[in-house]
Amino acid sequence: MIYREAGQFKTTYRADQAVFPILQDRIAILLILAVAFIGVPALASDYLFLAILIPFLILSMAAIGLNILVGYCGQISLGTGGFMAVGAYAAYNIALRVPELNLLIVFLLAGGCAALVGVLFGIPSLRIKGFYLAVATLAAQFFLDWLFSRVGWFTNYTASGSVTAPQLKFFGYIVHAPTGKYLLCLCLVTVAAVVAKNLVRGRLGRSWMAIRDMDIAAEIIGIRPLQAKLSAFAVSSFFIGVSGALWAFVYLESWEPLAFDINRSFSLLFMVIIGGLGSILGCFLGAAFITIMPIFLNQVPAALGIPLSTATVSHLEFMIFGALIVFFLIVEPHGLARLWAIGKQKLRLWPFPH
Amino acid sequence: MQRTRPVGDVLLKVDDITLSFGGVQALSGVSFDIRKHEIRAIIGPNGAGKSSMLNVINGFYHPQQGQITFKGQTRKQMRPHEAAAQGIARTFQNIALFRGMSTLDNIMTGRLLKMRSNFLFQLAWTGPAEQEETRHREFVEHIIDFLEIQSIRKTPVGQLPYGLQKRVELGRALAAEPELLLLDEPMAGMNVEEKEDMCRFILDVNDEFGTTIALIEHDMGVVMDLSDRVVVLDYGRKIADGTPDHVRGEQKVIDAYLGVSH
Ligand SMILES: Nc1ncnc2c1ncn2[C@@H]1O[C@H](COP(=O)(O)OP(=O)(O)OP(=O)(O)O)[C@@H](O)[C@H]1O
Ligand SMILES: [Mg+2]
Repeated sequence: MIYREAGQFKTTYRADQAVFPILQDRIAILLILAVAFIGVPALASDYLFLAILIPFLILSMAAIGLNILVGYCGQISLGTGGFMAVGAYAAYNIALRVPELNLLIVFLLAGGCAALVGVLFGIPSLRIKGFYLAVATLAAQFFLDWLFSRVGWFTNYTASGSVTAPQLKFFGYIVHAPTGKYLLCLCLVTVAAVVAKNLVRGRLGRSWMAIRDMDIAAEIIGIRPLQAKLSAFAVSSFFIGVSGALWAFVYLESWEPLAFDINRSFSLLFMVIIGGLGSILGCFLGAAFITIMPIFLNQVPAALGIPLSTATVSHLEFMIFGALIVFFLIVEPHGLARLWAIGKQKLRLWPFPH
Repeated sequence: MQRTRPVGDVLLKVDDITLSFGGVQALSGVSFDIRKHEIRAIIGPNGAGKSSMLNVINGFYHPQQGQITFKGQTRKQMRPHEAAAQGIARTFQNIALFRGMSTLDNIMTGRLLKMRSNFLFQLAWTGPAEQEETRHREFVEHIIDFLEIQSIRKTPVGQLPYGLQKRVELGRALAAEPELLLLDEPMAGMNVEEKEDMCRFILDVNDEFGTTIALIEHDMGVVMDLSDRVVVLDYGRKIADGTPDHVRGEQKVIDAYLGVSH
């Protein structure tokens, strides 16, 4: 297909402000949605759903949340795992104590709880930046880890500290087949992506990016750093909280606090860096990369007749991530999403170099 | 120069402003006023305290002493975003654009104070939020046309040459429709052609929108051409105040500038 925008004139500002102003992009996104909503459920195996697609979708949502904070507002956070845990335990407790509540509302409330906690831990960002903020959010991570493993109320005083999510029941209909779970996550992630895109391209998103790029100038324009930063923490933690609830209820089903430890925070940070800071598409690319790579490393060498031990694979994984992070931070801070954009730009002009 | 809007009453008055950083006395007892619709230049040798004065006016520095009266309201200090809300906008000596954002987004950000649609409409990008976005986009496009930067609308400003960045920064300040516009060396580092363009924009802003302008500039030719009145600072003190011709003849000013190369 030829990727050209010649002849497509935007006659209104409204058309120019669309998320996908170019016709070919609109067609592509519709195709992707059709495949995701119709093709995949018809064709994919249970393994694909449970091991790849569902974690991919849920982590994409968490990455969207984190990217709002880090990529759009420029506030570093190492507490993502902790905020996911807040969502998970909030959902668990709400569902436990108010069993008649619709699960969708439970998830939203869980996001709300995470947003509140996020704002609380975001307050130091008004005073400190960069490295010091990273340490402060790290403290949040450790505090939340501690809270959920030590304070029995959150786990309903289960002896092992491990809790089990209730059945996934929506409007009297129980979702337990992998396809159903996949579609549930897909719907929620699609909504999350649309909402996030709307926010970042509008007034709120501009105030976040202004704070990120030059906080002094932002304040002189009339942006209140307090509002901008805390709203970024709130929106970001909301998405992260909902994704935590989904991770617990849909993917893990039963879990212990370790599921949301510092490794989760790091892996999400890697996703947004590799995928692309300040890009919603990048969240999906990064999440796909990080979910698929370990599986790829597991299967491809074996298929080629070079069997690698599990230990080697996990070492390799770390090495590859490390190298990629360094590469992207130095060479292309906007990650895979930027490489994609550059590719598209080249395609637009192809075969002429200019 | 024929102007459509005559110079009016006092818009801003600074009175006995004293500002020091540790041992450095940046401003000592400086007083002057700026009248509506006028172009007021602030000049002086390097380190005279010109930028500090603008920083005091828009609430970025808090003076130890003195008062500021803006639109008849007296204050000692305020936060920069409050000053912005009252109608003071500015550009910086060292460009302070949002480098990761496009020209369009930078200027749209300048309109942020005028946008107030509800969060729920924003997240759905419908109703008032969308209408507001389109309405402000139209306004911003006027500024883009006015500054002749149509072709760089979607370019990230970090990639633009210096002269254009200065222009975008002016656009961002204009987007707020300020009553008082503070320009800190808007022509520094420009070539003659770019300077001429910038002069034209400043005069047009003043004339078409009636914006009051306070301008710091080292190029005396520019100052003489543009300004209605000039304040001269030296070592944090005001040494002269008046029309360009008057100021140019003052012995103190000549002394202050003697031996200082620009
Ligand atoms: N934030 C600050 N901290 C400490 N000293 C400062 C600060 N800002 C300004 N100064 C000092 O105040 C004095 C006046 O500086 P200012 O920047 O206002 O001068 P200026 O007239 O704008 O000079 P230039 O023509 O070089 O821009 C200088 O001695 C400067 O070192
Ligand atoms: Mg200066």
